[in-house]
Amino acid sequence: MNYTFIALVENKPGVLNRVASLFRRRNFNIESLAVGRTENPDISRMTIVVNCPNGDMDAHRIEANLYKLVNVIDVQDVTHQPVVTRDLALIKVRVGPERRAEVNGLAEIFRAHIVDVAPESVIVEITGTEDKIEGMIELLRPIGIIEMVRTGQVSMTRGTNDGIRRMPGLDGRRYEDLMEMAEMTP
Amino acid sequence: MKKTGAEIVWECLTREGVEVVFGYPGGANMPIYDAMLSYPVHHVLVRHEQGAAHMADGYARASGKVGVAMATSGPGATNLVTGIATAMMDSVPVVFITGQVAAHLIGGDAFQETDVTGITLPITKHNYLVTRADEIAETIREAFYIARSGRPGPVLIDICKNAQIESCEFVYPEEPEMPGYKPVTHSPRNLLDDAVALIEKSHKPIILCGHGVIMSKAEEALMQFAVKTQIPVASTLLGLGAFPASHPLSLGMMGMHGEAYTNMAIQNSDLILAFGMRFDDRVTGTLKTYAPKAKKIHIEIDPSEVHKNVFVDVPLVGDVRTVVNDLIPLVDEYDHDEWLEEIQTWKNETDSRSIMNWEEDGKLYVAHLVADIWKATGGGAIVTTDVGQHQMWTAQYYQLEKPNRWITSGGAGTMGFGLPSAIGAWFAAKDEEIWAVAGDGGFQMTAAELTTAVQEGANVKVAIMNNNFLGMVRQWQEFFFEKRYSAVNMVTPDFVKLAEAHGVPARRVTTREEVEEAIAWARSIKGPTVLEFKVEREDAVYPMVPTGAALHEMIRRPVKQSAKG
Repeated sequence: MNYTFIALVENKPGVLNRVASLFRRRNFNIESLAVGRTENPDISRMTIVVNCPNGDMDAHRIEANLYKLVNVIDVQDVTHQPVVTRDLALIKVRVGPERRAEVNGLAEIFRAHIVDVAPESVIVEITGTEDKIEGMIELLRPIGIIEMVRTGQVSMTRGTNDGIRRMPGLDGRRYEDLMEMAEMTP
Repeated sequence: MKKTGAEIVWECLTREGVEVVFGYPGGANMPIYDAMLSYPVHHVLVRHEQGAAHMADGYARASGKVGVAMATSGPGATNLVTGIATAMMDSVPVVFITGQVAAHLIGGDAFQETDVTGITLPITKHNYLVTRADEIAETIREAFYIARSGRPGPVLIDICKNAQIESCEFVYPEEPEMPGYKPVTHSPRNLLDDAVALIEKSHKPIILCGHGVIMSKAEEALMQFAVKTQIPVASTLLGLGAFPASHPLSLGMMGMHGEAYTNMAIQNSDLILAFGMRFDDRVTGTLKTYAPKAKKIHIEIDPSEVHKNVFVDVPLVGDVRTVVNDLIPLVDEYDHDEWLEEIQTWKNETDSRSIMNWEEDGKLYVAHLVADIWKATGGGAIVTTDVGQHQMWTAQYYQLEKPNRWITSGGAGTMGFGLPSAIGAWFAAKDEEIWAVAGDGGFQMTAAELTTAVQEGANVKVAIMNNNFLGMVRQWQEFFFEKRYSAVNMVTPDFVKLAEAHGVPARRVTTREEVEEAIAWARSIKGPTVLEFKVEREDAVYPMVPTGAALHEMIRRPVKQSAKG
């Protein structure tokens, strides 16, 4: 199962490498990793989607190991939380004037935008969840995709909810308490 | 006041209380070596940077302070790598300072350029690349703080040559504040209460004492707790010495080559109290059958160790000394006589197999020799080892009463560790007696440091247990590969001549009669000495828990072989 973590890290050279290296070292496969600045210029925010074959036990291990990195400030597991999740894709489609309207129509349905038009191609920009983007890709594929780029998933919890900070022992929480918290939230 | 980066390095090191540095100069750290001459720090010139790393490690383990090792860029730094990994696996606080090519050359494959922060990323607690002089002071301050606090470990600082040469205003920084690094010390009360409830209900509790007890200087707390609750104490390889071996509650070493009765006690216990240890595969055997009846309380400073190998019932994340001291007033006095008697019956059975009860047959056995050294030194020496059979025998038979006197590479299992770590330990404890017990294989890996010992007048006694085999690999081949010996037969040099060529007095011992006198002779000499013991070639370390077996499924020394008379 894929788990989604939000990590706040110090905005310093090499921090991305430290985080990525940790996943390699512990033999976890990163499905998606998006990094960018936050409202605080000293802090970067990562959204990391990782495959956790052993479920919550892996998630615990990942979180604890992330905390071991000196530059990591905060880690939340938002897998079980209500979150807004977005991914952005730019898709260059091979299309001449004769089928351009068709692509335009698809873009409208998906609330995507045509952001570049050339004689033999257009670039479609689409934002949304992974499912929505995959849906659009499937429809564009028969027309002819020349190239595509995706930013990777970014996530933010809804309202004032936090994700789970799964650090057993800290704050007096037992592992079972954390498991219950994980299940209670939809 | 304006200072060069190189001067700032030494300003900071001296303020951290550093008195000795182990290292090797080269192109990329020459400014640091030049500035060193103006500061009251003793530099030990090693013969290979691996030696510097192990010396700093041995110094740190013997002194409880932070060790410091230095090397130049490229091969100098990569030669440190084995020593860094060794310190990392055993959580030893060492600061490594390497030179790097000038910042503008980085990435251009300059002479002796290597991505040292990249190479050491997974084997350091943290590392830094410093490109400007004005970053040096803060970096060194942070490095020492990170190395010694929380779960200690090695920190590497790679300093570009231009940063060493350039000048800047020197202000010694305040105690570092790092947003992402805040080690915990106390464990919350509700979890302490959970632990106390488990202790109250338990009839067969056992304490597993790890390196963390020594690192946090928790030996007194452990003693108070164990005596008050009457809970017996077993030790990991690195926890030896934290609890006196002669104490009635002491069970000695657990694990792959641990005491059989200790492993039996763990497997039959109903409560494990793990103090600063990490349930390494060498102490648990297969996890499926590990201590199946036991509830588990884990006192551990590193949250990533909690539930890592063994799922525990009560995680007490915090400093061992603090947490145990917090627990002491919460627990009652108990009586576990029945349990202790049960353990005693296993112990009696073990004694019948012990090599110590063998009839003399004229041959030299390492276990006996270790016991001889133990007797001669009154059990009070600082003992370092290499890795392999002799290491296990030394762990079993050099019975320690105090912490910080047992210096061995546990997690990494680094051969060549014994001699250099002994030299490092000598700098921490010049008035103490120091013995390095080595195998013929491991000794040859870092034998060049004998010259370093001579140059420094380091009073270390080396005992080479020479069986002309890579003994532990041979033992595995005997047990698990149908005695098909592959690449374990070893021709060794004339160790006596080798030592003498280095200017080290040495003797070879081949018979039992010579042993006592030879040890006395080595002890009488001030300065390094070497004793080579020609030992029984195909002896094996018992008991042994084969990889993947349950902790109680031990290969035992045959009774017939060991029966007295």
